[in-house]
Amino acid sequence: MSEQEIDLKKRRFLTGATSVVGAVGVGFVLVPFLSSWMPSARAKAAGAPVDVDVTKLEEGQLVRVLWRKKPIWVFKRDKTVLANLPTLDAELVDPNNTENQQPAYAKNPHRSINPEIAVMVGICTHLGCSPTYRPEVGAADLGGDAWKGGFYCPCHGSKFDLAGRVYAGVPAPTNLVIPPYHFVTDSLIRIGIDPKAS
Amino acid sequence: MDNNKNWIDQRFPLTKVWNEHLAEYYTPRNFNFWYFFGSLAILVLVIQILTGIFLTMHFKPDAALAFASVEYIMRDVDWGWLIRYIHSTGASAFFVVIYLHMYRGLLYGSYKAPRELIWILGMVLYIALMAEAFMGYVLPWGQMSYWGAKVIINLFGSFPIIGDILLEFILGDYAVGDPALNRFFSLHVIALPLILVVLVFLHIVALHTVGSNNPDGIEIKKNKDANGIPKDGIPFHPYYSVKDIVGVVVFLMIFTSIVFFAPALGGYFLEAPNFVEANPLKTPDHIAPLWYLTPFYSVLRAIPPMFGSQLPGVLAMFAALLILIALPWLDRSKVKSIRYRSWPYKVALTIFVISFIVLGWLGMQAVTPLYSLMAQIFTALYFAFFILMPWFTSIGETKPVPERTTEH
Repeated sequence: MSEQEIDLKKRRFLTGATSVVGAVGVGFVLVPFLSSWMPSARAKAAGAPVDVDVTKLEEGQLVRVLWRKKPIWVFKRDKTVLANLPTLDAELVDPNNTENQQPAYAKNPHRSINPEIAVMVGICTHLGCSPTYRPEVGAADLGGDAWKGGFYCPCHGSKFDLAGRVYAGVPAPTNLVIPPYHFVTDSLIRIGIDPKAS
Repeated sequence: MDNNKNWIDQRFPLTKVWNEHLAEYYTPRNFNFWYFFGSLAILVLVIQILTGIFLTMHFKPDAALAFASVEYIMRDVDWGWLIRYIHSTGASAFFVVIYLHMYRGLLYGSYKAPRELIWILGMVLYIALMAEAFMGYVLPWGQMSYWGAKVIINLFGSFPIIGDILLEFILGDYAVGDPALNRFFSLHVIALPLILVVLVFLHIVALHTVGSNNPDGIEIKKNKDANGIPKDGIPFHPYYSVKDIVGVVVFLMIFTSIVFFAPALGGYFLEAPNFVEANPLKTPDHIAPLWYLTPFYSVLRAIPPMFGSQLPGVLAMFAALLILIALPWLDRSKVKSIRYRSWPYKVALTIFVISFIVLGWLGMQAVTPLYSLMAQIFTALYFAFFILMPWFTSIGETKPVPERTTEH
């Protein structure tokens, strides 16, 4: 080392530049490691759309299918049920679907594409239990005459109507989620993909 | 800032440790190329632990699922191929670095007093690393995993009387199978990494107690200035931390080139039969351990069966490994560094290195009469290096060792 003065500014610049380049490198290295936690190709394949044939679905009948490991309800509502839906509005938290719990094409009073066929994620919006299907009108344990059929969550007592709308005064804060789905034919529903138009 | 530092220093020796081991840890100023490999070994250990943690998240330690889960990592997990190839390349890179690190010790007599314990801890590390690598190679449950495991574990069956019981104890079964895979997984991801980390810690503590050797093989602590600082010493940080970063950058350039362009490295880092699932009914045509174990595998094959037993070969193989531990006491030379040693040592070291490389190459080849004879000759030369060491290190004229380091 000669008598030359140490150029501290230059030294700080070099240290800083090296550190920044090193940090960028670490950032790039992090990408593969963090990405490896995302759903793998296998998980994505297992989360592929599910088809449900509703030809043989009778009025009042409910079938459950699994889509992305979640129970999906597909059930058929008769004219009386559909007529009853608007009469419940006063007892509900969000009768007009203002919360973003459904795709735009299901943002209607019956919360479905086809008024009769309902499709929804059967998971309570409170803490994730799957509510029980209670279609019988006037069930004594669910409020007698006021009960027009719906879903009752056995975990914490949340109640939903047959359009999946939540009743006021129960723990669940929002309506049940409507998954993306569309009709491939008049009787075949594909759950997981939006209709082409939207 | 200073307040925080004081608060911590009153409760934990942060500044003290920083100074003792980095900022005021005085290292000989004449380190050369050969002194990169200690820090690189730590880098590779960290790479292996990090990638290993992420592989463990997707791997299934089950004989029925293991192979498919590795293929799953390679094909379905985002970037899984990269993480696995870093890990598999890292295994070989670890041994490249460790062999060069050990060769440095031989060049400059780093194992000699007062550094015998560093050498012994290093040798235990090396043996633990071999076990770690071997068990890791079994996990993908390919043909080489399976048959390699079978051959290596069967070595233990050659011990008289206890052999059969020992085999069943190691395997938890009557053949290599699910229980062996499961326990190797546990040892590979928990037990041995913990042991490796503890040993590295002890290795470094021992090193920092006596201080580093150097290419001149002189003790810098013998020449101190008025402040008690070795005249030929410079603080590890920033001088050698910066030097080591340059080594890290160059190392990573080579390392990532292999990871991206030749992860199997022509069968040296990943053997072709291991891309086929383990099949107990069919042995691959040619079976050899990975390159870093082949010198010892050659020694094993060089010794013919005696008294109807494989035992002599097995003992020779373990002896070839363990005799390295005795090095500090076999070396009678008064000087440490190759620079000032007498010519017999230089000749012997050259023959030893050639023997080790040839044995390593032979270990990858199929056995022929010529290769068997070569393996026997080079095994003899390998052992001769150690057995004759007390003699050839005490003859010939050594050059005078300087008082101070020679490079500035």
